[in-house]
Amino acid sequence: MSDNTGISGKKNKIIESRDLVKKFGDFEAVKGVSFSVFQGECFGLLGPNGAGKTSIVKMIYGFSPITSGEMQVFGEDISARARAIKTRIGVVPQEDNLDPELSVWDNLMVYAGYFRIKREQARERAGQVLDLMELTEKADTAVNDLSGGMKRRLTLGRALINEPELLILDEPTTGLDPYARHLLWQRLRRLKEAGTTMLLTTHYLEEAEQLCDRLLILDRGEILEEGSPADLVEIHVGREVLELGIGYEEIASLTEGAGDLVKDYHVLGDNVLLFTNRGQALSDLVAGNAEKMSITLFYRRLRPSNLEDVFLKLTGKTLEDIPQGPEGY
Amino acid sequence: MARTAQLLKGVATLPDISWPLVGRVFYRNFKVFMKTWKANIMFNFVEPVLYLWAMGFGLGVYVSKINGLSYIEFLAPGLIASSAMFSTCYEMTYDSFTRMNYHKTFHAMAATPVSMDDVLMGEIIYGTFKGMLYGTVFFMITFLFGLVKSPLALFVPVPLFLLTLCFSILCLIWVSIAPNYDFFGYFFTLFVSPMFLLSGIFFPVENLPAGIRFLPWLTPLYHAVEIIRPLVLGQVTGAVLVHLGWLAAFVALTLRLPLVMVKNRLVQ
Repeated sequence: MSDNTGISGKKNKIIESRDLVKKFGDFEAVKGVSFSVFQGECFGLLGPNGAGKTSIVKMIYGFSPITSGEMQVFGEDISARARAIKTRIGVVPQEDNLDPELSVWDNLMVYAGYFRIKREQARERAGQVLDLMELTEKADTAVNDLSGGMKRRLTLGRALINEPELLILDEPTTGLDPYARHLLWQRLRRLKEAGTTMLLTTHYLEEAEQLCDRLLILDRGEILEEGSPADLVEIHVGREVLELGIGYEEIASLTEGAGDLVKDYHVLGDNVLLFTNRGQALSDLVAGNAEKMSITLFYRRLRPSNLEDVFLKLTGKTLEDIPQGPEGY
Repeated sequence: MARTAQLLKGVATLPDISWPLVGRVFYRNFKVFMKTWKANIMFNFVEPVLYLWAMGFGLGVYVSKINGLSYIEFLAPGLIASSAMFSTCYEMTYDSFTRMNYHKTFHAMAATPVSMDDVLMGEIIYGTFKGMLYGTVFFMITFLFGLVKSPLALFVPVPLFLLTLCFSILCLIWVSIAPNYDFFGYFFTLFVSPMFLLSGIFFPVENLPAGIRFLPWLTPLYHAVEIIRPLVLGQVTGAVLVHLGWLAAFVALTLRLPLVMVKNRLVQ
């Protein structure tokens, strides 16, 4: 993790949300969420569709009015100072909203105009952005002729045109193929190294693990957990997961004598997941028990644990509503 | 009822406008326009010229004088107004709706220092610009046809401005409640076409049945025609000021509506 301390030695709060609530009619999409994002970090909002991630994001950049609670960005109230705050923010929205009637270059130039960037400076910035996104030779291309990955890169590039201090990314890689996704991640890492504060929503657990210093796990508008990906994995599920193709009723007998080797378990479809810090020991023990009781283990797999396991354990839900990354984990 | 209240929320507040940024929104549309303006203008020309030709020279031969004018002299000034109206209406219904709903251009702008009020004001000004442009172009045609009789015609852009502003407003209001493109068919069939036919362009409104003679008076197009025709023919009377007043009052009373209505539709 990078060092976030400023000259004063105190961490600078870029976003501060207190008891944030968002209602649509009678439906409460965000139910009193509080969190802070500090300068230089990449902060993730992780959760399934409908968790309230996009609602929170839209309140951060002042698009959507706050029902109750407080949202401060750069220490100022977003409801009162949206225009000034938005000058310093870059937004990569969930759905592509590049201007299909303009070329790649004009997309950047026109967008720069919305920030009242001077023409000369805008040209320079647009050139740099195209360079960074490897789109220089596409400058004159119509947006509709770009591939999905290129569109996404242009959207990210467009969000950088005003050299934002805070970059907001709402599911930046949804719908991209693995190659395009990794390319985008590389760019984001580079931006992070350059000190850009980022707020990222995602339902790809791998994305959160790759990019985020800290994250919130959200479900149905509420915070389930907060911490660094590694800490969350460590605390909730341990280092490894033993997947077993057994029924719920066999768990007790198979883990006999395991003691605190098993941190926790979770039943997932036809499988049982045993969470542990000492995978090999547990695996051997289970194999031994199975042999003793002549239970046939059709399926046994030891793998490192990941955020997905944490999410499963916290929500108790299968991840049906979370599209899986095509590359797996 | 609740839905109407939701759509009109904030109508009594002042809009959050930054004119330089309204200018940037206008510029965005203008830039797109500049890519296709040649084809566009030609296309928009054809229809009114056809009307002028068919009605003026064709039908007009069979029409005895209207208010002491040949039919084409009577008709041409009205077509200046209607071509401006149509141009604004197409731009501010189908095209605005596309920008709003499919291209998400409004959303993209609202993530920058541009406010939603800036976006909509920029749209309104663009719709006004486009209507005025086409109206002016048609005005040139009537001039070339030798149908402009007075230098007062140089003031035609004033009623054109108010007329197209009125229609930018009306169209955006319609956009704010439109669920899909089909909805604009109703707009044209129910409002725009009847207005075109009954607002004193093709015949004096005095010829309408007594019971509906008041109807044109409720439409911006009628008032614009009643200003433009005297200007073009050099027969200006005090009535022109009443019509100007009507259009100006319409703009003043309705301008806030599309800003809140579209915003309330998009921002929840």
